[in-house]
Amino acid sequence: MPEAATTFDVREVSEETRVIDIKGDITAQSEDVLMDAYGRASGHGVKVIVLNFSGLDYMNSGGIGLLVTLLVRAQRQRQRMLAYGLSEHYRQIFELTRLDEAVGIHDAEGDALAAAGAS
Amino acid sequence: MSDERSEAPAPEQQAAGREATNWAKSVSRLNVSEVPAGAVNINVEGRRLTSPIQGFGKMWQKTYQVRIPADRVSNTDLIAAWKQRFPDFWPEGNHFYGPLTGIEPGEVALLDMVLPGRMKLSTGVMVLYADEESFTLMTPQGHMFAGWITFSATVVDGHTVAQVQVLMRASDPIFELGLSLGGHRQEDRFWQQTLTRLAGHFDHEADVDTQVVCVDKKRQWSRWRNVWHSSAIRSTLYTLGAPGRAVKRLFKRGGAVA
Repeated sequence: MPEAATTFDVREVSEETRVIDIKGDITAQSEDVLMDAYGRASGHGVKVIVLNFSGLDYMNSGGIGLLVTLLVRAQRQRQRMLAYGLSEHYRQIFELTRLDEAVGIHDAEGDALAAAGAS
Repeated sequence: MSDERSEAPAPEQQAAGREATNWAKSVSRLNVSEVPAGAVNINVEGRRLTSPIQGFGKMWQKTYQVRIPADRVSNTDLIAAWKQRFPDFWPEGNHFYGPLTGIEPGEVALLDMVLPGRMKLSTGVMVLYADEESFTLMTPQGHMFAGWITFSATVVDGHTVAQVQVLMRASDPIFELGLSLGGHRQEDRFWQQTLTRLAGHFDHEADVDTQVVCVDKKRQWSRWRNVWHSSAIRSTLYTLGAPGRAVKRLFKRGGAVA
């Protein structure tokens, strides 16, 4: 089955906060594009990375592994990671894999940006 | 006139279907429905799952790969066989007490492992995810490492590449010490032997490629308390208590006869 095109667009919402808009699937094959997006998002002075999952089609366990690796990279830079737009299913997956203990989960972008202190 | 052609499900419906069938249902604590003969369930029942985030030691990503000519087996057939006969490919002396139906999301399997010094360790795993091309096992509290192991197969340049990828941190300071004192080498050998057996199942001999990356050199000292759940300590105490349990059983039987 052909891989769905996956894109990770980066938005600057404040000096300290970047949003990564995820569209498509996240699998182990997404590593290069995801890490590239993080590299673009993680400029000087960026303290919060917000992942927007509203456009997520599908994520497998390889994708969850990528998010853990991304989290470690962000923590090394002393950045917080937040997320919003997760479906009920993926909220449960974040709970099951206990990613929710390290990634702040919010319902909407406004909530995430408020938590980031960017709104 | 009605159109009776059956239409393919929309991409969103396909994704929702895959989500429901491929991922384990959410659980807060593990439940072992049936303990197979010979298995020990002292370190799994009631335990929470642990990702690398909850572990203590340095974070590692270890990748082991073996290449099998694609005309011997397709990637989906390889994964189907691996799921069905998972314990058969484990190195001698280690036991995987999985469900008879094979690897299915949400299933919990008990394990008996042999550690350096011939120490026996009883623990378990839960099947976090399974599809036609991969499956993932996640560890509970007290396991030697916190994280998951993904087994996958892809087709590359006329070869089916079977892969084991471990994303882990040692669970506690004792296991971290054990890993640095030969545990890493033993784990490497374990998965190399597993992949060699898997390739052998398809009548192929090949070397296993190993790639080890330290994702995070920092230890999470705040997690040292994980040692409370250590399956190494609990398995050792359980083994030491075997004579006492045998005597207790004898007395019980004697009482029943009298």
